[in-house]
Amino acid sequence: MQLEQILQYTFSGLSTGAIYALIGIGFSIIFNATGIINFAQGEFVMLGGMLTLFFLEALKLPLWAAIPCAVAVSALAGLLFERLAIRPLRRPTPINLVIVTIAGSILIRGLSMLLWGKDTHAIPPFSGDEPISVAGATILPQHLWILAITLLIIAANKFFFYHTISGKAMRACSYNRRAAGLVGIDVRRMVLFSFVISSVLGSLAGIIVAPLTMTAYDVGIMLGLKGFCAAIIGGMSSGLATVVGGLILGILESLGAGLVSSGYKDAIAFIILLLILFIRPQGLFGKAESERV
Amino acid sequence: MKRELLKFLLFAVLILAAPLAFKGGYLMNVLVFVGINTMLAVALNLLLGYAGQISLGHAGFFGIGAYLSGILTATYGWNPWLAMPLAALAVGILAGLIGFPILKLKGHYLAMATLGLGIIIYIVFNETVDLTGGPSGFSGIPNLSVGSFVFNNDIRNYYLAWTFALAVVLFSVNLAGSRVGRALRAVHDSEVAARVMGVNARVLKVQVFALSAVISSLAGSLYAHTMTFVSPASFGFNFSVELLTMVVIGGLGSVYGSFLGAALLTLLPELLRGAQDYDIIIYGGLLMIMVMFMPGGLVRGIPDLFRRAAGIRGGAGNA
Repeated sequence: MQLEQILQYTFSGLSTGAIYALIGIGFSIIFNATGIINFAQGEFVMLGGMLTLFFLEALKLPLWAAIPCAVAVSALAGLLFERLAIRPLRRPTPINLVIVTIAGSILIRGLSMLLWGKDTHAIPPFSGDEPISVAGATILPQHLWILAITLLIIAANKFFFYHTISGKAMRACSYNRRAAGLVGIDVRRMVLFSFVISSVLGSLAGIIVAPLTMTAYDVGIMLGLKGFCAAIIGGMSSGLATVVGGLILGILESLGAGLVSSGYKDAIAFIILLLILFIRPQGLFGKAESERV
Repeated sequence: MKRELLKFLLFAVLILAAPLAFKGGYLMNVLVFVGINTMLAVALNLLLGYAGQISLGHAGFFGIGAYLSGILTATYGWNPWLAMPLAALAVGILAGLIGFPILKLKGHYLAMATLGLGIIIYIVFNETVDLTGGPSGFSGIPNLSVGSFVFNNDIRNYYLAWTFALAVVLFSVNLAGSRVGRALRAVHDSEVAARVMGVNARVLKVQVFALSAVISSLAGSLYAHTMTFVSPASFGFNFSVELLTMVVIGGLGSVYGSFLGAALLTLLPELLRGAQDYDIIIYGGLLMIMVMFMPGGLVRGIPDLFRRAAGIRGGAGNA
């Protein structure tokens, strides 16, 4: 009985963890390209879910068409955000960037509230909600969708960063922006790309999780922060380490909620976040780096 | 320094005379909150504007002050005047302890860590139902009193809150002009350079963090005793952002700027009544516009605008 429960919590933890991983990778991509922590990252997750709902209900599109539309609009939002808020910043000090991305997240959240109201909505699951029984635990088809799509996105992400010229250029920027500029890489364009890619990743995460957890204008804050926590566990890597970070977080949270107290579920992520930042700011798997002045 | 003192005296006279202009009415109640928010904004400004360290968790310290005062007086029957400094001491110790690891972090990481801290505190307020009443709030907090004089109406609370707020303003103005203030600004500009010049940056940052938390806690106690009711919703992430907005709008590193920001943001929702859901959008918009176009805040931006306008006119005159 106890074992089955733990298995059950692990399954659901894995799927929420996959979501955190996707959001975390979005954080890392922007951070690596620009050194910015984008506090508005969670809002793109919210946009993914809410836009899908909008295309489904207001425009009566089928699900397979609504999803790409929602992703495209989120990508556009990410692009506009970079062009209108980040790039024109006169004094891009860390504090100003924090403030501007927080302001951006408030604006996106507020506008969504005006457009779509404060209600919580559900998106229909991608393929029914007939539970599947695995070793005494039950999982929903949506859980499998989440895991499959996450794997696919991670593979695509890997391919992009290691086998395409744009991806390699973005990696060059993350190693050394000035040097990348010197060899002819358009650094500003790469920054723009990084915002677009991470808003796409965020919105996809928001879309695949919405059938399970519902969506509303204000889901972005928590999801975004937990995605950031995953990225911190992974040492701000845009690869496997952040995925593992997300999964660890998802499972701990789910076990904590099930076995300890559901009220403190959200606190778990933040306690982990603080512990990692205090003890191993380079991430769980990273090597300590000397700090540049 | 004499000029600073004159400025402060002028400010104090204006504040103390203000109730004569707004005799009674609902506005008095709002002005009490302007006082409390001024304390909070000045406290955050000491940390953010002077020392250059961001905190997105100050609503948490404000909340701990409010809840400790509330619980000690209403549940355990303490004297409010005893509960208030005790709450402030507890918050100061907490901030001091957490300050060492948290202030090792910089920039974005510091923002995230303080944000996490604030959310943990918020969750604790919600979950310790036996102690705090949970999401539905905690009521029955007594008013402050001196002998038989009870601070139980708006005008009395106004003078109560502003006595504290003016003391905080005077203290901060003095601190900013002192050796410590110069050391803080040095840390802001370059921590390494400050260290080289013999400033113990690490301890100094923790001290100002704790000081800022203590002032926030005092503001929280005042809030609890004037409202007589507190609930977690007042101490969440949104309020931390609101405080940040006050400081940024007023001007980083300007004590009177913080008053301006606090006054503006506290009065704004009253002016926009009926547009309640819009206030958060307005904060977001204001915050973005200020950072993008007036990074020095109103106290520097407005004189700049005048100067530029005068400059243009002068230039046209010459031509």
